[in-house]
Amino acid sequence: MLELTDITAGYERGRPVVRDVSLAVAPGEAVGLLGPSGCGKSTLARVAALLHRPERGSVVVDGQAAPGWRHRAPRTLRTAFGVVFQQPRLAADPRLRLADLIAEPLRAAGPRGAAAERLAELVPRVGLSPELLGRRPHEVSDGQLQRACLARALILRPRWLICDEMTAMLDASTTAALVAVVEEYRSMTGAGLLAVGHDRVLLERWCNRTVRWELLTRDAS
Amino acid sequence: MAELTWHPARRGTARDRGNRPLRLVASAAIMAAVLLAVLLVPSLVPMDAQAVDLAAKLQPPSPAHPFGADEVGRDLLLRCVYGLRVSLLVGVVAALTATVLGTAVGALAGALGGWADRAVMRIVDLFSSVPHLLLGIFIVAMFRPGVWPVIISVGLTHWLSTARIVRAEVLSLRGRPFVDAAVSGGASRWRVAVRHLLPGVLPRAGLAAVLMVPHAIWHESALSFLGLGLPAHEASLGIMVNSARSSLLAGGWWPTLFPGLFIIVPTLAVAGLAGAWRERLDPRRRSELML
Repeated sequence: MLELTDITAGYERGRPVVRDVSLAVAPGEAVGLLGPSGCGKSTLARVAALLHRPERGSVVVDGQAAPGWRHRAPRTLRTAFGVVFQQPRLAADPRLRLADLIAEPLRAAGPRGAAAERLAELVPRVGLSPELLGRRPHEVSDGQLQRACLARALILRPRWLICDEMTAMLDASTTAALVAVVEEYRSMTGAGLLAVGHDRVLLERWCNRTVRWELLTRDAS
Repeated sequence: MAELTWHPARRGTARDRGNRPLRLVASAAIMAAVLLAVLLVPSLVPMDAQAVDLAAKLQPPSPAHPFGADEVGRDLLLRCVYGLRVSLLVGVVAALTATVLGTAVGALAGALGGWADRAVMRIVDLFSSVPHLLLGIFIVAMFRPGVWPVIISVGLTHWLSTARIVRAEVLSLRGRPFVDAAVSGGASRWRVAVRHLLPGVLPRAGLAAVLMVPHAIWHESALSFLGLGLPAHEASLGIMVNSARSSLLAGGWWPTLFPGLFIIVPTLAVAGLAGAWRERLDPRRRSELML
């Protein structure tokens, strides 16, 4: 269970973007969070992935309360989340080749040596051709780079996936392909999903239930 | 994209196309000549830069002494080359020291953020509030005259701007989503700093280092001119300009002109190379064009 309780978060003290929001995702469940741009749903997603410290509120992951955010969260808790961001260009370190980009979490956290076989397994699954692995981010398209970012998010086999407007920059066929990859992964591992977006049709087809941002904040108040 | 053969970076006005390579070629040629002279002359030319020849005292430029001779008859061309050797050594080593120090402090402040950042940057402000020549003089005055005190003095007073540049760059990189992605992927603070932040900052720090070299050379000359740098008998461009002031009144223009040119021309060449490097390799500009 991923439980966010009474989260108030923002970037300047005293001016929260998210106020008293609570949200829960059951294991294996796919929850879509629907809202207009700029409403704070990405901030909530960052809080859920332990990447942004809220002013108030708590996050409980599988019964364990998050003791801190970012580096203050233990590594095993941080890597329980696979995060895919909206803009692959900004989410990819421009200096790393795609192979290193995808394997980076494995090198940072996991055992060495396992990278090659895990890459060989994951790369075809996200639909990347092996010759792209030697390229750098500026040498591939947005869609290809987002596929690499999705592979990076999946490489540590996270129990929770946070997709923050994952497909906003992509065309319809790439969107369908990436959603299929996420669903295949979830059906194999039973991972939970929090998909944030503003595309109602997509989220309603993709997720078990869709929460509208307005209702989420009204319930709380 | 890689498939495109269109290179926007190569476009430019006719003026740019004409001037940029010329400046680059001229700077590179001057630097090559300077480096060759500085590295080869001491081993190839058996003359002693300290050899006094009172018969040749204040001789104007001639085939025997192309740059003339100084007030005790020492050959100025040879002394200029030896002086440049010291200046370049001090310039390069001091610029490296300043850059390493500045990068470390700036990266630390930027990566830690919060109160640590504020505290470190206030220390930087405190240092910059003292005129750095004054601070430099204070540092040299604590040691015996020599090359190393000058290097330490220049290095310790010139890391501030690099620290500011590096800190700003680290702060801007730190907020990017790829750092979030690294944190979420389990990277430690150290790994984020070394693998993601530092490589992004290095081109800028390298550029700052090269731009620092001319500045350090000027600083060394200034300290030597004031009599605080190297021992007075050593061939140093600043000392030569200083001791030539008396001959200037007697109508001898060459003992000031040539050491002065030896300070100015190589520093302009280094600045020219750095400028060309900045235009070509600025990573942000390049990535903007590649998108």
